[in-house]
Amino acid sequence: MSQDIPETTSPGGTESTSQDIPETTSPRLTALHAVHESLGAHFTDFGGWQMPLKYGSELAEHRAVREAAGLFDLSHMGEVRVSGAVAGAFLDFALVGRLSAVAVGRAKYSLLCAEDGGIIDDLIVYRLAEDDYLVVPNAGNTATVVAALDERAGAFIALGERSGRADVTVHDASAETSLIAVQGPRAEEILLRMLSAEDGARAGGLRYYSCVPATVAGRAALVARTGYTGEDGFELFVDNASAPAVWSALAEAGEGTGLLPCGLACRDSLRLEAGMPLYGNELSREISPYEAGLGGVVALAKEGDFVGRAALQQQKDDGVGTTSGRRLVGLQGLSRRAARSHYAVLRDGRPVGEVTSGQPSPTLGHPVALAYVPVELSAPGTQLDVDLRGRPESFEVVALPFYRRQK
Amino acid sequence: MSTVKAGLRYSEDHEWLDTAETPAKVGVSAIAVEALGDVVHLELPEPGTELAAGDVCGEIESTKSVADLYAPAAGTVVEVNQAVLDDPALLNEDPYGAGWLFTVEVSAEGALLSAEEYAARNGGELA
Repeated sequence: MSQDIPETTSPGGTESTSQDIPETTSPRLTALHAVHESLGAHFTDFGGWQMPLKYGSELAEHRAVREAAGLFDLSHMGEVRVSGAVAGAFLDFALVGRLSAVAVGRAKYSLLCAEDGGIIDDLIVYRLAEDDYLVVPNAGNTATVVAALDERAGAFIALGERSGRADVTVHDASAETSLIAVQGPRAEEILLRMLSAEDGARAGGLRYYSCVPATVAGRAALVARTGYTGEDGFELFVDNASAPAVWSALAEAGEGTGLLPCGLACRDSLRLEAGMPLYGNELSREISPYEAGLGGVVALAKEGDFVGRAALQQQKDDGVGTTSGRRLVGLQGLSRRAARSHYAVLRDGRPVGEVTSGQPSPTLGHPVALAYVPVELSAPGTQLDVDLRGRPESFEVVALPFYRRQK
Repeated sequence: MSTVKAGLRYSEDHEWLDTAETPAKVGVSAIAVEALGDVVHLELPEPGTELAAGDVCGEIESTKSVADLYAPAAGTVVEVNQAVLDDPALLNEDPYGAGWLFTVEVSAEGALLSAEEYAARNGGELA
C-alpha cells in the first residue's frame, strides 16, 4: 500500500508548513497541549505548531459539528492588535477592505495583498473599539503579516506626518493569546449555559461576524460569532492562562449535547464543504483575489491609496477571474474516487487547470474539490475530468458552497 | 500502538496474506489503516483477475488521502469482500477480521515478512 499525500497537504489536507519557519525549530505547543494529550489526540505539525489532527475518528468529529457541536483549539492562529487614533485609516491603507467603516463590535474578512496584488494572507479583522482592532492571520503567516503591518505602519505614519496624523501601533499578541472555538447547531446553547444572564443576552444576540467581551468560566474572553466550518458557532479569545479552564467549562457545558473535541482533519473537511478557501491551497502570492472569487473583498471604491491598489485596479479592468484568466470553482465528483490537491483538471484529455483541495465529502457522500480553471470553463454544469493518478474521472462544475446549513 | 496480528505474513506495502485457508485471504495491516484515517471508499480487483505480486490491484480512499493496494502474491482473485465494499468503515474497525479485502488462489508469493519482522520494522505491537 502506498499513500499519496501531496506534500503541500499536511495530514488532514491542510496547508503547507510555513515558509517562514525554519525546519530546525521544533513545533510550538499551545496552552491546551496537555489537555489534548489526556484526550488521546493524534497530533500534526501545522503552521509551525503541533496541533490535534483528530482525537478519534475524523468522520465522527465532522458529523458532530454538522449535527451537534465541536470544540476546537485554534491557538495556532495569530492575534495582532492594531491600535491608535488612526488605526482604521491605517488598516484601510494596509489591507484591501474598508476597515474604517466596520462598526465597533463587528468583524470583516479581508486580505493583505502585495504591491502586485498577490495574496500574502487572508484574515479576519475585529473592531474592538473606535481605536482598537484585532487582526487574526493564519498560523503560518503570522510573522509575515506582523512584519508587513509594521512596515506599512511606518510608511503610513510617514505619509501622515505631513498632515499631522497621529500614531498607530501594531502589537503581536499571538504568543500570549489562546483561541477556542465551539462550532455547530448546538454551539449557542452550550455557550449560553456558561454565561451570566447579562453576558448571555449579549452573546446570544450576537449577529454573525460580531464580537462582544464576556466572562466565561470566570475568565475574561472576547466572544466572536465567527468560524470556519459552515455552521453557527463562536470563537473565544482568552489569555493562555485561562485556556484550560475555558476549554474544560465548554466541554462540561457540552455534556449530553453530542459535543466532541475536534481536530484539524475535520476542520479541513468542514471548511471545504463550506467552500471556504485555505491559505496555501486556494490562496497564495501567485493568486489574485479576482481569481479566487474574492473580488468583493477588494474595496477599490474606498478613498486614498492602499497597498496593491494599482495592480488590483488593473486586474479588475482586465476582467481577471470574470472574462479572462482563471477562476476558482467547485467540482463535484460523479464517481466515488476523490480528486486531491495538485491533480490536473482535464478538458478533452488536455490539462487546463489544477485542483487545490479535494476529498470525499462526509456530509454529501460524493467527492468535492476546489480547482482553478479557465474562466470559459467555470460555469456551473461544465463537464471536466480530473486526472486521478493516470485515470481520468468525471467531475462537474457546481456553485459554491457545496454545503449550506439550514438557518 | 497499532497491532500486528501474529500468524499472518506481511508485504512491505502493509498488505497481509493469510495462507492458513485456501484460497488465501488478503487485507491491510492496522498500522496502515491507522495512517490512512477513516476509510470511505474501496476499489478492489474483480474476481477472476490475474495478479502478479506487487501489482497495483486497488485503491483505498480515506477522507485525507488515498493509497494504492498492492497484491502480496501472484494468483487469481477468487472472492471480494462485499461487506467491506458496502461499509468501508469495517476496515478501520476490524482490519484483520471483518475488514478483509479479497481472497486469492496463490500461484507464487511475493516477498513477505513474518509478523515479527513486520512489527519490528513498523513499530507495531504483536498480538
